[in-house]
Parts: sequence; structure tokens; C-alpha cells
Amino acid sequence: MEQQRSSSGSSHSPRSSSSQPYLSISVTEPVKLGNGVQAYISYRVITKTNFPEYQGPEKIVIRRYSDFVWLRDRLFEKYKGVFIPPLPEKSTVEKFRFSAEFIELRRQALDIFVNRIASHHELQQSEDLRTFLQADEETMERLRSQETGIFKKKPADLMQIFKEMQTRVSDVVLGKEKPVEESNPEYEKLKNYIFELENHLSEAQKHAYRLVKRHKELGQSLSDFGKAAKLLGACEGHALGKAFSDLGTKSETLSVRLQKEAHQLLMNFEEPLKDYVRAVQSIKATIAERANAFRHQCELAETIKLKEINLDKLMLTRSDKVGEAELEYKELKAESEEATRRFENIVRVMNEEIVRFQDQKTQDMGIAFHQFAKGQSRLANNIADAWRSLLPKLEACLS
Amino acid sequence: MMGSENQGFEEAHIDASREEMESLVLDDPSNNSNGTKSFSHHRSAMSSLADSHHLLSRPMVAAPADSDPLLAPPSFRDFRNPNVAADNSSYIEPPSYADVIFSPFDENAVHEIDGVDSPGRSSDSSVSLSRSPSSSSDYIKITVSNPQKEQETSNSLVPGSNTYITYLITTRTNITGFNGSEFSVRRRFKDVVTLSDRLAESYRGFFIPPRPDKNLVESQVMQKQEFVEQRRVALEKYLRRLATHPVIRKSDELKVFLQVQGKLPLPTSTDVASRMLDGAVKLPKQLFGESVVVAPEEVVQPAKGGRDLLRLFKELRQSVTNDWVGSKPPVAEEDKEFLEKKGRMHDLEQQLSNASQQAESLVKAQQDMGETMGELGLTFIKLTKFENEEAIFNSQRVRAADMKNVATAAVKASRFYRELNAHTVKHLDTLHEYLGLMLSVHGAFSDRSSALLTVQTLISELSSLHSRAEKLEAASSKIFGGDKSRIRKIEELKETIRVTEDAKHVAIREYERIKENNRTELERLDRERHADFLNMLKGFVLNQAGYAEKIANVWAKVAEETSAYAREST
Repeated sequence: MEQQRSSSGSSHSPRSSSSQPYLSISVTEPVKLGNGVQAYISYRVITKTNFPEYQGPEKIVIRRYSDFVWLRDRLFEKYKGVFIPPLPEKSTVEKFRFSAEFIELRRQALDIFVNRIASHHELQQSEDLRTFLQADEETMERLRSQETGIFKKKPADLMQIFKEMQTRVSDVVLGKEKPVEESNPEYEKLKNYIFELENHLSEAQKHAYRLVKRHKELGQSLSDFGKAAKLLGACEGHALGKAFSDLGTKSETLSVRLQKEAHQLLMNFEEPLKDYVRAVQSIKATIAERANAFRHQCELAETIKLKEINLDKLMLTRSDKVGEAELEYKELKAESEEATRRFENIVRVMNEEIVRFQDQKTQDMGIAFHQFAKGQSRLANNIADAWRSLLPKLEACLS
Repeated sequence: MMGSENQGFEEAHIDASREEMESLVLDDPSNNSNGTKSFSHHRSAMSSLADSHHLLSRPMVAAPADSDPLLAPPSFRDFRNPNVAADNSSYIEPPSYADVIFSPFDENAVHEIDGVDSPGRSSDSSVSLSRSPSSSSDYIKITVSNPQKEQETSNSLVPGSNTYITYLITTRTNITGFNGSEFSVRRRFKDVVTLSDRLAESYRGFFIPPRPDKNLVESQVMQKQEFVEQRRVALEKYLRRLATHPVIRKSDELKVFLQVQGKLPLPTSTDVASRMLDGAVKLPKQLFGESVVVAPEEVVQPAKGGRDLLRLFKELRQSVTNDWVGSKPPVAEEDKEFLEKKGRMHDLEQQLSNASQQAESLVKAQQDMGETMGELGLTFIKLTKFENEEAIFNSQRVRAADMKNVATAAVKASRFYRELNAHTVKHLDTLHEYLGLMLSVHGAFSDRSSALLTVQTLISELSSLHSRAEKLEAASSKIFGGDKSRIRKIEELKETIRVTEDAKHVAIREYERIKENNRTELERLDRERHADFLNMLKGFVLNQAGYAEKIANVWAKVAEETSAYAREST
């Protein structure tokens, strides 16, 4: 898999080094550990780098899927606006979880995941990334169990989330106002584009998956047909029998070839399409983040207005609450400015990210298309050659 | 099937194929004599008549790459003549293969001229004479068309209740035994049943093509039109098969069926009930023990229901004796070679059935592949449109262009798969045809068994008659002067014995005749099957190779167009 495995270049390294800075990661050697329901796959993650922040030129750690999830979640929290590279899905079907195909697909996807992070100019600086690539397993386990989604959030954060939900709901219910959204036409267009893109891509991925199945099915039926031909040949005997037998053998050979191609197709065509879908879903998450940030900014702006009015009132009445109110006002002002900064940062980052995304996807799909076409072409040529090789004998029989 | 289109194209077809033959490049001249089998009727709905017609008329226009290729479904023309697709400039045609691929079909056209049946619609070609180098140029071409509803004229208690369908049966022939070279009659299905029954009687021991089923239940379940069309097709297939059988095509029964206007002048097969009544009256009295003159020829006909009830019982008893006692029956089936062949036929039938099944699965898998490939292409086309419409960045346009190349290739490949499949169906249908032919083989073998049984029964009968005569003579010799009634009885018995002896000789001759028919037919079957299967294999293999090459080229182009990505990624 050639996508994204090349080492990243970084221009942010403060110290000039004699060689080009690189950060290159391999996710290898999946191993099944544990028993029964608790069983899981662990991977060997090998980091090669000359980044000064890292402990050394090479480091090997053992990681499991949920560690990768931790990393993704941390990056998502810290780098708002960035399109965080997508992770392969958690497997829902039990028996599929340890199939060779699934394990290989996942390993490949995880490898691409970390390398994409490593080649992103912002994300590669992440401390969490360094932790992920270097920390021992105990530390990793501790960190991992601390933060798994909403249920492990601190109480204060939870309260905040509930409050936000409440205000939103009551606002809508009271008909006060519709949910606050940006009125940026370009951004609207982008959002629509992303949502529609996901639909198209899902459909494409579905058909690609079916195509894989068709290859398998064709392989199977060629195998069955080959066997039947051989049996028929045994019945017929003489030249005709031999011809049937040869045909049968060829069919079986081609059957094997088709199964191989089905596997290639899965790895090099269907998976990239799936990856594309995941990437789009990741963007949707970022879009949600931006919406949150925007809403937060708006709410604070609203609150400040009210506070201003209140403050003026208090000042006029020379109330002793003025001091307190002024302090509150100052705090809110700072918060508001911070919220605005955060929102604007997200907008800026997203604009950069969208360019990167489009470029990257053209590359990724270009490679996928190329491999798809090459694979199909090779397969067809193999098939043609195989059948053609039967002709001389058949011609001889007929003359 | 397009019944009416049939007729329209019918005329064009014969001429078309002649011109087709003249204009096509043949692989090698010797192919003429070997002859590809005329491909049996394939199951898909397209009329192959359309293609040869088309070959001479409009060139096929492939959908330009910009339009949505999948919105214009491939015309029927695609299927039989991918040759024409070669004119499409949007992909590379491997020159060396173009001829080789399509020569089987060209040969087919050639075949039609000295052969018997039209390429696409012909039925079982196993019995085609034209395969042998010494074939004469005689032909019979039969078409079934124009189903019409008609009224049962008399005997209907409720007026207008009894309707039936008649079909127009048109024959073109240059065989001298017929009156003229082109004629038509109207026949109903019942007539076909009659024909089939009469042939079964007259041509015992031959591999007579099985007639279409009566399908009483289905006729009520299916839409009338659909059923009628299916039946029309089946009838045509059946009659064509009869016409390709070297012996049956010359039969009086067939001639009468094809030519005589009005009511079919063949004795109908009466229903069992009335035959039983008949039987009670006409029971061969000799089998009751009374002496009567029974024509030996009548005796050698196989026992049927009704009038031959008693005889049936006797023969049944005999066959049970053969089985149970294990004693060597008077005339044993001693022909080891035959028994061996019979065993082989049985094996062959099994393997044919299996192969036929797997062939169907293969066809389905190929079809699915083509479909999914097409759907994939269509999806990418939609995506391409979408990206182009929404493009803000150039990278999107580049991606859209790449995607379009893939989409176009996928759609083309999809078409090729479907074309390939149409051909595959026709080739592998040979298996199916021969499987169907096994029925005829069964029939011929059972003709032989029943003839043998008749001989055996007569021999047993004779032996018991002889012992009765002996006993009577012994008894009467004890009485001096003789017993007038006993002497008369002995005379009558001796008469019966003589008649039965004659019948036995006729039965043996009949049995030998049927044995000989079996033998020649088996030889013919092996010979023709051999040739047909080899041709099937060759055609199949050629097709697979040819289309695989076309598909390979389509994708090679895309690989070329996207090769920049390969370089960059390494």
C-alpha cells in the first residue's frame, strides 16, 4: 500500500539538522492476545525519526486498536478545525473480527492513519502523538482508560454540555430563535458538498464491495464448472475427453486467479473508497465542532450585551454591586474574545484543510484507480492467455 | 421472444446470412466440412435474427464517452455481433483476434446454407447432417408462427367454451419427397401430440426428439400470451429437430403433418377409457385360449393400454419371471457391447446434467459481474458530474477526469461481459441440448426392451402351448379310437401354435430391426456429439479469450492514463 507511507517533511524543526527531518511509522505484526471475549489484536508500532522532541532515532511499542482511538480523540479535542485522519471502524461482526482479511485491512488502515498524522504539519507536533509512539504500555493503558468519550468527561464538562443542550432545546421550543448558524454562503456550499459527497462515495464503495464479491463468485463457479467438465471428460474419453479435462483444469486455474484478484480488489480499491468515506465523515465531525464554536461565540456575545445593559443600569443607580458586575463583565469579555479567536481559528484552519483534503484525495484516488485498472487489465490478460493456450489442441482435434 | 419480429426478419435472414457468408473472412477453408454446430436456441429474449439483419445495415454507434453510457442500454445488436463493436473507434481492437473470435459465427452462416437450420434459432444440432463432408445440399426449414384462437366446432355443450390455439407452420424445403418448395398448414398442439405418438410407433429404436410437454397446469397459471409464446418456441424447436433427424425427416408422418391442409389425417391417440372399451371387444382371442387368426404384425406392436390389457399382464408376468427367477430368459439380452453402451449413456446423462447445471451457474456469475461492473461505472459517472459541478479547486477537476476514465472503462467492460455471456449461453446450451436428447435415448432403449419382452413372452407362450398339446396327445392316445372332442382340441391347439410361431418370427425380426436402429443411432449420436462438443469447446474458449482481450485493452488504457500516480507514489 503506497498511500501515505512516505515520511513527512517538516519545516518547523527549530534546529537545523544535517539531513532532512523525517518521522516515519510502521504498524506491523498483528498478534492475537487474550482469550475469549476479551481477545484482541496488538500491533507493533515502529517509529523512525530525527525529530528532536523524540527520545531517539527508533522506538518500538505495542499498541492496540483502542490506543489509536485515544490518539484520534485527543487530536480531535486539541486541533479543532483540522480534518483528523479517519480510523478504520470497530468490527461489529464477531466472527469476522479475527479473519485474516479483516486483520490485514485494519493493520493497513492504522498504518495509513498514523503516517497521515505524521505528515500533517500541525498534527505532527502533537505531544499526544509522541506519547502514543513512545510511552510504555502501562502508561498507555492508564491514559486510554481515562478518556473514552462522553462518559469519562469531568463533571463540570458534563454540566456544560447538558446546559448547552437545555438552552438549545428550550430556545427552539419557545420559538425564540432557530439554532444559530453561520450565514456564510460559501460555507453553506461546502457543507452541502460534504454531505452529498458522502452519499455518492458510500454508493461507490458499496458497488466496489459487490465487485469484490462477484470476483469471488465467478471464481467459485469456474471451479465448479471445471470439475464438472473433468467428470464429463472422463465419461467421454478419447480426444474429446482430453479436451474437456484440459478445459476443466484451466477453469480451476483461473478460479484461483480470480480469488487472488478479489483480494487485491478489496485491499487496493474498495478499501481506499471506504477510507474516502471515513475521511468525509471526519470532516463532518469538524463541521460540528465549528458549529459548536460558532454557537458558543454567539451565546457569549448575547450574554455580554445583557451584562452591558445591566452594568449601565447599576452604574446609574450607583449600586454597590457595580464592582462585582464590572468584574463579571471583564471576565465575560475575555471569554468572548477567546471564543471568537477559537472560532476564527477553526475557520482559518478549515480553509487550509479543505485544499489539502482535495489534493490528497485526488492523489489517493488516482493511485487506487491506477491499481484497479492495472489489476483488471492483468486479470483479463491472464484469462485470455489461459483460454488461448487450449486452442492449438482443440484445433488439432477438429481437423 | 418477438414473435412478430420473427416474421419480419425471416425473409431478410436467409438472404442476409448468405451475404454474410460471402463478406466474412473465414478462419480456414477446412472449417466448412467440420462445420461448427449450429448454435442452439439460446434462452435470452433477444432475437438473433436481428443481428444478421443488422450486420448489413446500420453500423453500430457506441455512445459517445460524454453521454451516460448506461442510460442507453446496449441494443440487441450488441449481443450476437461484437464484430460490429469493432468499428467503434474508442477502444483498440486486437486485429489478430477479430477474425478468429468471430469465425465460429461466420462458419455458422456458412453452415446455414448447406445446413438445415438457422444459426440463432436452430434447435438441437446434434442431428445435423451437414456436419459430414458428404452432405447433400438438401434442407428443410420450418417456422412456427402466428398463433390464433379458434373455436371447437361441434360437440360443445356450452357454445363458445372450447377454444384452442392453432399455429401457422411454414416449411421451406428442396427435398423431392415434398409437394413443392414452400407451404404452410395450421396445426394445434393436439396434432403435434398425435404426430409424436405416430412417430414413436413407426420408428422404434430411433432416438426420436422428445416433443414439448403438455403443461396443463402451467397453461392456467401463466399469462396466456406468455404461455402461447413459450409453446410456439418449443414447437418450432421440436419440429426443427425432427427435420434434422436423417431418417425421420423423410417420414410420411412428418410429411403429412407439414403439408396436408385441414384436419390432420393421422390416427389420433384415443384416450385410455375408450381404448379399454375397445379392448374388451377386440381382445385377441388366442390369448383367451380360443383360436383366432391374429395378424402377426398386430402382435408385434407393443402392448398398449386398453385392448392389450391381457397381453400386458402376460408380459408383465414374463418380465417378473425374468427378474425373480433369475433364470436365463429364452432370449437373453446378450449383447454385452450394448449393455456397456447403455451404462455409458447413463453415466453420460449424469455428467451432462451436472455440467449443464454448473454451466448455468457460470453464466449467472458472468452476468452478475457484468451488472455490478456497470453499476459501479454508473455511480462513478454520477460522482464525476457532481465533482465537476461543485468544483472549486482544480484538484477536484483532475479527480473528476480520472474518475470518468474509470467509469467509462467500467461501463465498456460491463457491456463486454454481457456480450460474452450471451455467447456463452449459446455455446454451453449444447450441453443442455444433449441432456434433453437423453430422453430420446431412453425411449429408444425401452423400445428395444419391450420388443425383447414380446419375443420372450411369445416364446414362453409357445412352450406352454407345446406342453398342453403334448398332454392332450398323451391323454387321448390312451383311449382307443380317440376322443372326438379331444382330437378337435388338439387340432385347434396345433393351429394356435403355428400362428404363434409366425408371430414369434415377426417379433424376432422386429427386435433385430430395433437393435440395429439402436446401434446406428448410437453411432450417430457419438459421432455428432463428439463434433458438437468439440465445437462447443472451441467456441467457448475463443469467446472467453476474445472478450478477455477486449476487456484487458479497455483497462490497459485507464492504467496508462493514470500511470502518473504510480510513479509518484513510489
